[in-house]
Amino acid sequence: MTALVTLRNVTKSYVRGKQKVEVLHGVDLTIETGEFLALMGPSGSGKTTLLNLVAGLDQPTSGEVLVAGDRIDQLSRGSLSDWRARHIGFIFQFYNLLPVLTAEANVEVPLLLTNLSKAERRRRVQVALELVGLAERARHKPNELSGGQQQRVAIARAIVSDPTLLVCDEPTGDLDRQNAEEIMNLLQALNRSQNKTIVMVTHDPKAAEYASRELHLDKGLLTNDTRRAA
Amino acid sequence: MKMFRQIGAVTAMNFRSLPQRVSTSLVVVIGIAGVVAVLVSVLAMSTGLIRTMETTGREDRAIVMRNGSVAETSSALDRNSVRLIVDGAGIKRDEKGEPILSAENFRILMLHKKADDAEISVILRGVGPRLLEVRPELKIVEGRMFQPAVAEVIVGKSAHAQFKGLNVGDVVRSRGANWTVVGVFETAGDAHESSLITDAETLNSIDQRGAFQSVTALLESPSAFQTFKDSLSANPALAVDVVREREYYRQQSKTMTTIISVIAYVVGGIMAVGAVFAALNTMYSAVSARLQEIATLRALGFGSTAMVMSVLAEALVLALIGGVIGALLAWAFFNGNTVSTLGGAGGLGQLVFELSVSPQLMILGVVWACVIGVLGGLFPALRAARLPVAMALRAV
Amino acid sequence: MKYFSLVWAGLWRKKTRTVFTMISIVIAFLLFGLLQGINQGFNTALARLDVDRLYVSARTGMTDGMPISYLSRIRNVPGVRAVSMWAYFGGYYQEARNPVPAFATDAVELMKVYKEIKIRPEYIEAMAKTRTGALIGEPLAAKYGWKVGDRVPIGTSIWTNKAGSNTWEFDIVGTFDAQAYGAGFPSFYLNYSYFDEARQFGTGELHYYIVSLEDPKQATRISREIDEMFANSSVETRTQTESALAQSQLKQFADINFIANAIVGAVLFTLLFLTANTMMQSVRERTSELAVLKTLGYSDTKVLLLVLTESLLLCLFAAALGIALAALVFEAPALQKLFGNFSMPMFVASMGAGIAVLVAFISGFPPAWRARQLNIVDALAGR
Repeated sequence: MTALVTLRNVTKSYVRGKQKVEVLHGVDLTIETGEFLALMGPSGSGKTTLLNLVAGLDQPTSGEVLVAGDRIDQLSRGSLSDWRARHIGFIFQFYNLLPVLTAEANVEVPLLLTNLSKAERRRRVQVALELVGLAERARHKPNELSGGQQQRVAIARAIVSDPTLLVCDEPTGDLDRQNAEEIMNLLQALNRSQNKTIVMVTHDPKAAEYASRELHLDKGLLTNDTRRAA
Repeated sequence: MKMFRQIGAVTAMNFRSLPQRVSTSLVVVIGIAGVVAVLVSVLAMSTGLIRTMETTGREDRAIVMRNGSVAETSSALDRNSVRLIVDGAGIKRDEKGEPILSAENFRILMLHKKADDAEISVILRGVGPRLLEVRPELKIVEGRMFQPAVAEVIVGKSAHAQFKGLNVGDVVRSRGANWTVVGVFETAGDAHESSLITDAETLNSIDQRGAFQSVTALLESPSAFQTFKDSLSANPALAVDVVREREYYRQQSKTMTTIISVIAYVVGGIMAVGAVFAALNTMYSAVSARLQEIATLRALGFGSTAMVMSVLAEALVLALIGGVIGALLAWAFFNGNTVSTLGGAGGLGQLVFELSVSPQLMILGVVWACVIGVLGGLFPALRAARLPVAMALRAV
Repeated sequence: MKYFSLVWAGLWRKKTRTVFTMISIVIAFLLFGLLQGINQGFNTALARLDVDRLYVSARTGMTDGMPISYLSRIRNVPGVRAVSMWAYFGGYYQEARNPVPAFATDAVELMKVYKEIKIRPEYIEAMAKTRTGALIGEPLAAKYGWKVGDRVPIGTSIWTNKAGSNTWEFDIVGTFDAQAYGAGFPSFYLNYSYFDEARQFGTGELHYYIVSLEDPKQATRISREIDEMFANSSVETRTQTESALAQSQLKQFADINFIANAIVGAVLFTLLFLTANTMMQSVRERTSELAVLKTLGYSDTKVLLLVLTESLLLCLFAAALGIALAALVFEAPALQKLFGNFSMPMFVASMGAGIAVLVAFISGFPPAWRARQLNIVDALAGR
């Protein structure tokens, strides 16, 4: 097993108004390739901040963030964009599809950043949509899809560029039980059959059960780290 | 009464949220200001022209030209005709019984504008010796009056201000004579201030002509016009047309003012259509920004009329502000600016006039603004009124 | 171009708003096209006028006459191909309200100078043979129903003939087609020789010599030579090219340039606010969408360019529509009659495109910059 993500003594503080708030106080963490990590903890514990740091959306105040062999805490804003395009697939709580685009056009958005030909892009979009079971809905706009379907389109978008790491922020937070289960089954399948490394922030213990490792965060510190046998 | 209270309440609420929508609302204000400014400034040209032409001429003065002439340019009166006109009834006479009139002719001088050096034609009018009695409004403001039998001219105030080489002491070259400018005159802001004046006989002898183009006669009273006209018509040896001076100048500027008005309304109209759509845009976004508020009010029992009226009121106020700004801009930039165009006697000479942004014009501009505002506010207002309450509440 | 669908979809995010904004832009450019089109139309029409024709008039003003004796002297200037002349007749038919633009000329020479006028050779011959003959333009003939062989009375406010009358009678000997010249070609010609004999005063005077050159490049030299030749004569001359003459006549009427530019300026200024506001609103509403794009790896510059392109697309598309509409208006028969074969000048169309780009940049830049500066973490958190 190789370490895909390594955090060393990472702190993060924000300035809110006149106050400086430290959200993470020296976090050390290693995530290995092929892991499905559920990041849990109460609101304000710093899970989303940690997720943002791992995904290269934000920079730590101090400490090292090493992801896929890159010291992303040292990358500039511009190279961080390229880095994300190459390595990270995102899944959001509210799906965040572009409402004006069809499902397939939404899935294609990350591929526009590559040098792939139009035909190749189309093929990959097709494969990704089939993988999430929505091939027949390719021409629908987000507002013509149910919440579960929208989230599946979002997953297709996240995996279409074959990223190194999938990052999910409360992927089932806006879904009912049945849809949530379907989404979690899908993520688990991606983790198991495609060997995708996944980092997921969730409130939901049921969702966390699908993960191979559960990490608890409280007041900016890691408290509990449980690995589950596959 | 209840409805008015509702309208008042909702409108007040709208205006309170206006500051949050400043930039969108500004679009209506600026758009309408643009339309009104253009409309009013172009129309200011035609009002200015009309004003100049209307101050030209008096009700108790008449112009006599040859039968069938549309303008002095196409008229010619020989000495014999002039002698017969002098005997016309109704002309005011002095103590000695001499009629007060002026037999006039003119020629075109080529001069240059001060502003852009463009070559333009200016009228040099030859007048009779009783000039000051026929035109008591003529005042020398600089230098002195011309002398007969020498090539001397006095120049109108507007011509002096607009054209090159017309200062007292300057010499204006023309065929057969070099005219020395000896004075500057004003004639209460009428069309003659755009021209040069000299003695008719001097002009005739230089041009080797024996004829005049028109006779301007001072009448005993405005009502003596018909008597005068009839007495000339009754003379079989005369073939002349008699027109009141004021009427004559009004006719002369008619084509030009029509052209300017058409341009103003066509351009202003097209711009207004554009502004209506800008207003529609703004009001639609104003309505959608307040969707929740509107739905809540409707749920609380406010009527749809109150909604319509409140949106309309907002559009109207924005339009009104824009209209007033536009009218004021036009007034500040253009009122009193002088421009010139062909329009003097028979359309041959340059006519200098001031743009005039009159209160009526400004009101017209504001009325246009209001029409634009109402048109732009109406459909969004109806949308606000027709909104199904339950759906709107849910959409939020 | 692969981003096109993304930009296009973003543009139509709110259909009503985009359509309304577009209509406003279309209208602004319609006005631009109309005003600048007419303005440029005048300019190009003037520039297109024949440069190998010179007009000689009295220096002191075109209504002052010149002696006929100048004719042979001008004809002898090297490089001069043909010389004809115009003397104002100032005609009208029946009453002064029906003006007939009549000029006395030498028809044989006139048709040499105005090569583009279409006339049958036998008409020119007939004119030379008939002292009281007249050549008229086809539209004038149609207006009053005059035919070859008709005798028509033409009144004049200036000239009295030796019979003491202001109404002269002419025999129509031919018609001509001046369409190739465009508007403004006098439509009634009488013989100068007859006119000069028959008038009571002003004998031997005329108002314009029209000089045709062998080589247009010599226009400046020949103009100067002609004017120098008469420098100390009783009547000094001024020689201008056809376009210079037309230009100065147009300027007398109004400074069309200034009026057109002022109005267009006001319209475009207003437009700037409109599009800027639309783009700003659209970006504001899409904050989270733009943040998602950035999350997916779209760089700050790319997002800025996407927004700018959207603004560009909106402005260019609408401007093209507006100018096309103006071009269509120019095709209207009524305007065609007024300007003669007139169409939207290419220059105006490309100027419109340039202005559209400028408006797009100025109004699109602030929102595009805002989109560029957008912080992902804050935007996603709805801050």
